[in-house]
Amino acid sequence: MPRSLLDKVWDAHTVRELPGGQTQLFIGLHLIHEVTSPQAFAALREARLGVRFPKRTFATVDHIIPTDSQRRPLGDPLAEEMLQHLERNCAEHGIAFFGPGSGRQGIVHVIGPELGLTQPGLTIACGDSHTSTHGAFGAVAFGIGTSQVRDVLATQCLALARPKVRRIEVTGKLAPGVYAKDVILTIIRRLGVKGGIGYAYEYAGPVVDAMTLEERMTVCNMSIEGGARCGYVNPDETTFAYLQGREYAPAGAAFERAVAWWRAIASDPGAAYADRVEIEGHALAPTVTYGITPGQAVAVDERVPFPADLPAEERAGVEEALGFMELRPGEPIAGVKIDVAFIGSCTNGRISDLREAARVAQLGRVAPGVRTFVVPGSQEVQRQAEAEGLPEIFRAAGFDWREPGCSMCLAMNPDKLRGRELCASTSNRNFKGRQGSPTGRTLLMSPAMVAAAAIRGHVVDVREVLG
Amino acid sequence: MSSDARVVRVEGRGCVLRGDDIDTDRIIPARFLRCVTFDEVGAHAFEDDRLQAKGNHPLDDPRFAGARLLLVGRNFGCGSSREHAPQALWRFGFQAFVGESFAEIFFGNCVALGLPCVTLPRAELTRLMESVELDPRQELVLDLAKGTLASKLGAQAVAMPDGARRQLVEGAWDATAVLLAAGDAIEATAARLPYVGGYTA
Repeated sequence: MPRSLLDKVWDAHTVRELPGGQTQLFIGLHLIHEVTSPQAFAALREARLGVRFPKRTFATVDHIIPTDSQRRPLGDPLAEEMLQHLERNCAEHGIAFFGPGSGRQGIVHVIGPELGLTQPGLTIACGDSHTSTHGAFGAVAFGIGTSQVRDVLATQCLALARPKVRRIEVTGKLAPGVYAKDVILTIIRRLGVKGGIGYAYEYAGPVVDAMTLEERMTVCNMSIEGGARCGYVNPDETTFAYLQGREYAPAGAAFERAVAWWRAIASDPGAAYADRVEIEGHALAPTVTYGITPGQAVAVDERVPFPADLPAEERAGVEEALGFMELRPGEPIAGVKIDVAFIGSCTNGRISDLREAARVAQLGRVAPGVRTFVVPGSQEVQRQAEAEGLPEIFRAAGFDWREPGCSMCLAMNPDKLRGRELCASTSNRNFKGRQGSPTGRTLLMSPAMVAAAAIRGHVVDVREVLG
Repeated sequence: MSSDARVVRVEGRGCVLRGDDIDTDRIIPARFLRCVTFDEVGAHAFEDDRLQAKGNHPLDDPRFAGARLLLVGRNFGCGSSREHAPQALWRFGFQAFVGESFAEIFFGNCVALGLPCVTLPRAELTRLMESVELDPRQELVLDLAKGTLASKLGAQAVAMPDGARRQLVEGAWDATAVLLAAGDAIEATAARLPYVGGYTA
């Protein structure tokens, strides 16, 4: 019987079935960082347990790392303490740690792929909801909490219920100025922020087939914002080409054997899906959120909705959102003034994102009064950007070029909104208070759109800026 | 697993927290994640929402003081995987959550802490919320074995996926012991996966 990738990977990793319909699933790759792991290691110690497969866990520091200087000790003593805990825990248990001095530090979802750790057919878990990013390679990858981090350390397994699979086909071709970010924002807008509960999203169709791995990562990254704990793209030639030559990818004859397995793990033609959705790629436009959930979005040429025009169950949420955002119903989203521009995060902090933003940035200068943060996703992205002269382009346009980390995506480091500032952001969440000020406001959009907003001082259709 | 790990009944008063899509950043803002233990997170549950509500937040409402069951809307706990969120609510005093739906990672984190998340259809949930708001002193009894929530409205059938429900009722919600019990089957599964051996064969 034809099977989906999810079912094949799930079956291959099943240790045993547990009572009540859960599976004990082997985890092929475990990624950890400083925020959600210290309590897990403490629990392990308390239970007198070791790490069962230390070579299958890799660590980095990303959430709390400052982006002005990574010099030790970190300026924030709490951040320094968290980093020291991670260093000690990794050393004690023989876990590889990509710290600030390693040259390989970065956002966990950026470095996993670039090091070749993320591969098709794996189950991947990390104490971070954006672990769904790794699904871009045809892995089954999902975020977990700290108790589950403890379980993976102790047993390399998790107890989970198998999700259903919804296939989302994006047809046709994207117009210039329309990016992977616009595809996923549109999918979430269409299916809702809870539409994916109980599902894995399989992204497919000509638009997804034509995407680079980095673009697929942007799409898979935000699966969780649509309620789907994991999202994936079937592995193909683009995937194999990306992996070849990477540090932890198989090499030589092993690479050929790996490719054969990766091909076999992809969804079979004719596989059954619990649900199917089609999105017309040619109809997509640059998309911007106006509210406090990633599903509250409009195309850049649309207006903020009138709550009365929406389905009853969405009305209260949109009213609350418009009040918080200080936007009027019926107001065009283009023209909304911004105070801050943030380019970075596990959604859009990779080299191709910075290239697109730089292409727009060189057409102007940052508007007066707009604060900017351009934060590479990793030290490798930083090196690549430097080799291409991107920092000079950004600096010449008045953008602030920073050191790698999560930065203002969640503002656990010193990069924060102040007061009611409104931020055009390439990150993944526009939740109340997400960017560090309890009353700060966020508009999510693509890197090119953020760069365009930065130089105009307000939301603008990037296609207009590019001319 | 000792029998006292069983979570069968949660009894106590309710606290009504209206609104859909309440994310874990709101439950515990990221700046309170700068810690290496969960000890202090309870004091900061919903801190920013509560400050902005200036005393009018349900968690500060004296009528709901001491409540053990938190009544919430749709997609509660969406967003970040931070276990600090259920940890904060549990340390604040909540032992169970009743809502229209829950985000998956939040739900899993709750089970891992022995905290049930049960669901009711929207209309029934609204009736329950109204009843508790009118009479916050009423006792609610969540019975996971029967799958019911008793209130002044009588007993309503609540839903919870069977695997998770059994973990709680049988006291097997601390998954480490369950997973360890698989023994060598873990290594045997690993040995069958081509990548574990570096694709050597």
